[in-house]
Amino acid sequence: MHIRNRRLIFGASMVLCTAAAGAATPDAAHIAAAGNGRGAPPCASCHGVAGDGQAAAGFPRLAHLDAGYLQRQLDNFADGSRANATMAPIAKSLTAAERQALAAYYAGMPLPAATQPPVADSGSDRARGEQLATRGRWSQQVPGCVQCHGPQGVGVGAHFPPLAGQSALYIANQLRAWRSGTRRNDPLGLMQHVASALDDADIRAVSTWFAAQPAGGKGGKP
Amino acid sequence: MKPAPRIALIALAMVIVPWAARSSGQASRTTAAPAATKPAAAALPAFTPPPDSAIPDDPFGALVREGRDIFLDTPGHAKPYVGNGLSCSNCHLDAGRRANSAPMWAAYVRYPRYRAKNGKVNTFADRLRGCFQFSMNGKAPAADSDVIRALTAYSYWLATGAPTGKNLAGYGYPKEGFTSPLPPSYARGQQVYASHCALCHGTNGEGQQVAGKFVFPPLWGPQSFNWGAGMGNIDNAAAFIKANMPFSRGDTLTDQDAWDVAMFMDAHERPQDPRFKDSVAATRKQHHDSKWSLYGTEVNGRLVGTGTPPRGR
Repeated sequence: MHIRNRRLIFGASMVLCTAAAGAATPDAAHIAAAGNGRGAPPCASCHGVAGDGQAAAGFPRLAHLDAGYLQRQLDNFADGSRANATMAPIAKSLTAAERQALAAYYAGMPLPAATQPPVADSGSDRARGEQLATRGRWSQQVPGCVQCHGPQGVGVGAHFPPLAGQSALYIANQLRAWRSGTRRNDPLGLMQHVASALDDADIRAVSTWFAAQPAGGKGGKP
Repeated sequence: MKPAPRIALIALAMVIVPWAARSSGQASRTTAAPAATKPAAAALPAFTPPPDSAIPDDPFGALVREGRDIFLDTPGHAKPYVGNGLSCSNCHLDAGRRANSAPMWAAYVRYPRYRAKNGKVNTFADRLRGCFQFSMNGKAPAADSDVIRALTAYSYWLATGAPTGKNLAGYGYPKEGFTSPLPPSYARGQQVYASHCALCHGTNGEGQQVAGKFVFPPLWGPQSFNWGAGMGNIDNAAAFIKANMPFSRGDTLTDQDAWDVAMFMDAHERPQDPRFKDSVAATRKQHHDSKWSLYGTEVNGRLVGTGTPPRGR
């Protein structure tokens, strides 16, 4: 009993401390599992308990992505430079500290064991996707995607997120968002430029190709 | 400081006009009258290399593919001859296919030729070997080595159908008539670097790697080209940058920005020139006696050209 009491007191004081610290140390795991009670639903309801997303619905994997990248996306959903009807109200209902904590939380999650099952594609689509992914189409100043996103699209640093093993629908949605201008939070306008050169068949082919690559983590640091 | 913006504006306007003329000339090369400032360039024959899908399925095609693979991942396929983190395709974009990015099809048809750099008539193999010695900061493969044979086969195949002995439109980096409006400035270049280059090449020019392979090439320091490389000359670097950088956004920087950031890059230390003899001053006199080389000069109170420490391997 004595020991248990001490534990209870310790636990209670931890809770009080957390409550007192408030916004400075948000409980990202709690928000991810249960929401923040101020409008943000549980992240896990769409992005999965393991942060692996739901490929078929176009909800992206978040686990093991770069923290700086994730935080910038949440900030940009909130400020509108990445327009998204689902994520905008959620990001706005999160404090800046909560967005930062959630980004760190998902960056720290391990790479999900099983990657998304590849979407079936035709042989010609695969060749087209691979060509765009690895070599690009320089007649329109489009480099191979891997020239920035890393070999097989494993991701590079805080600005070039992983494409490998990501939801094909998600990748396609983003390319269309760059192309239409609803997403414009890319440094130097790199992705808006690239996407403007892609037609729907290109987008389908390259998205499918990357979804079929093994997810390789968050890429390297210099 | 007050008049500076006005001068810059005038300079900018002077720059924009010829470039606008040049761009429109390029857009409709076949029909438009040659741009007034670049009559020679407009007259060069156009050339398009064959697509990769046309590489034949025979022993020759196999050698061509080998050359292409070396070209795209030089440390991975020609490791004994590479002493840094670069690949051929870092400076010759689109695997050596891209016009105005020193395309291999245009280079192939211009050799053998005399080069002042080494004072002799160079074969194409000699030229490739020079790249390994300087740009790759490595060891020159023998002229009859597999690496040189494969790269030669690839370049020859890219040049299929091109006229020999002529400069083709898009050869080298577009330097003709490309001058710095104001003398290149380290301080302005530093700002251009921070806003347009550091995203990929890193705050300190170190590039970015994934799993031990460079995705974005290092621009200075021990993993970059050495002081003997052509890219160490500001005029080459500026022309390359103007036409090709930021990666995928070529021809978007102003001329001044390109010159300034080229100067900034080439003022940083890199591996010593393998031709170094006696002193930096003597080596400058022998090999870098050009206003476009900062080697052996002082920039911000520092002597440029002392080299980086050898890499531990």
